[in-house]
Amino acid sequence: MFEDFIYVLGKYDTWLWRGFLLTIELLVISVTLGTLLAIPLAVARVSKKVWIQALPFAFIYVFRGTPLIGQLFMMYYGVGQLIANIDGIQDHWTWTYLRDPYWYCLLTFVLNTAAYVAEIMRGGIQNVPNGELEAARACGMSPWITYRRIIFPRMWQMIWPAYTNDVIFTLKATSLASTVTMMELTGAARKIVARTALPYEAFISAGVIYLIIVYSLTFGFKGIERYLRRSEQRNEPKTGRAKAATSA
Amino acid sequence: MKNWIKVASAAAIGIALSASAASAAWEKVVIATEGAYPPFNMMDDNGNLIGFDVDFANKLCETAKIECEIVAQDWDGMIPGLLAKKYDAIIAQMSITEERKRSIDFSDYYSNTPAVFVGKDGMSITAYKDGEVIEDALDGMVIGVQRSTTHANFLEDNFPGIEIRMYGTQDEALLDLTAGRVDATLADSGTLDAWVSSEEGNGYGFVSNQFAPSEWFGEGAGIGIRKEDQDLKEIFNKALAEMLENGSYEELNKKYFPAIDLHPN
Repeated sequence: MFEDFIYVLGKYDTWLWRGFLLTIELLVISVTLGTLLAIPLAVARVSKKVWIQALPFAFIYVFRGTPLIGQLFMMYYGVGQLIANIDGIQDHWTWTYLRDPYWYCLLTFVLNTAAYVAEIMRGGIQNVPNGELEAARACGMSPWITYRRIIFPRMWQMIWPAYTNDVIFTLKATSLASTVTMMELTGAARKIVARTALPYEAFISAGVIYLIIVYSLTFGFKGIERYLRRSEQRNEPKTGRAKAATSA
Repeated sequence: MKNWIKVASAAAIGIALSASAASAAWEKVVIATEGAYPPFNMMDDNGNLIGFDVDFANKLCETAKIECEIVAQDWDGMIPGLLAKKYDAIIAQMSITEERKRSIDFSDYYSNTPAVFVGKDGMSITAYKDGEVIEDALDGMVIGVQRSTTHANFLEDNFPGIEIRMYGTQDEALLDLTAGRVDATLADSGTLDAWVSSEEGNGYGFVSNQFAPSEWFGEGAGIGIRKEDQDLKEIFNKALAEMLENGSYEELNKKYFPAIDLHPN
């Protein structure tokens, strides 16, 4: 048992390492771009005007309502084939990028993450207390400034735990990239199984790496959560003192 | 107290039954194949498994006078599934290699087809010649291959200058070949022969010589079995020898591959 572990880790450590790097790369880019894209989507989604709301609604509905692996295949084999069939495209300089599975994969993950995060953000935006919005308006803040100073900070505070969850979900979703030939961590583990026929050793090794990533993510995100909620913590002792003062 | 006796006796019966099942020398054998490697193994329109491997498995069981059931299993999970006893044997063009022998055992080889590159007509690849790998023959190319195969290993071990795309099935690799996203694909000549002569393979052909260095491709495809099932190995080897002798193997060979000798000696 342990000999097999040593055999796997000793012989195929570079595969796991490269898989790890690709997994992290896919995760960071998908989450960053997905979140940036989610902000306008969420703002449009809470609009009272139907024509502004409709498109983001449809987008979110489709991407949340279909399995990610289906989206990946549609993008890679569906859209990819359509592009490949355009006359002359295969001689064009863009073909180097258009034939590469990396971009199709990344685009799918970005759109998928955007759909989920937008929906989380929508909930956050709608839950900003009405009183705060009225106060902002009373101070004469424009809608843009209200979003920047009141709504977004409030929203991040509220959605952070759900957002953390979604980042972890995205990490696991990247494992599907190996189905369209991208050798991330799960793909690397599969390759090792193919070589050695030692499924437990390979998948447990990959699993431990995933656990470490998730643990680090949770740790980091917890820190940011404390930062986001700093105002609440500052208030707590104050109310304590106030209570003590009134009871005295 | 009564409950306890019930449980204990049920357990005893269970143990007795499983013990007797194990000793009932292979009345029924479950055989796994992939179902996505035409014409060796594939699904017909109704989802039934067909192909050379399936016919071969049925004939083999008939010859050995055992009852067989053939099930489909994804290629990636083939060996893990065997070890987990989801089935008792693999007949799916699995090459007999040293690395696979670390975890499972094989019968004598039952077919041996060399590897070949397929690409657009007019292309020419010489990657293996006179027992030597030509490492830079493919430099700068994108090559599609089915992952977890001896072909994938051969590419990975020998050609540092290429980009390898690994697919779950050979069909997907061929799909990307026609889309122009890979320049060529490497697989077994048996399966590729069927494809290039089909309608989808129009405009594509064998673009290299055929080769099968045993260091990567092993000694041909064997029936995969668990190491502890030596009795089953004996049964299969005997039946295989009988099929080779009485001409029923040749009949199957001719049916699927009129131009290839699947069992060269």
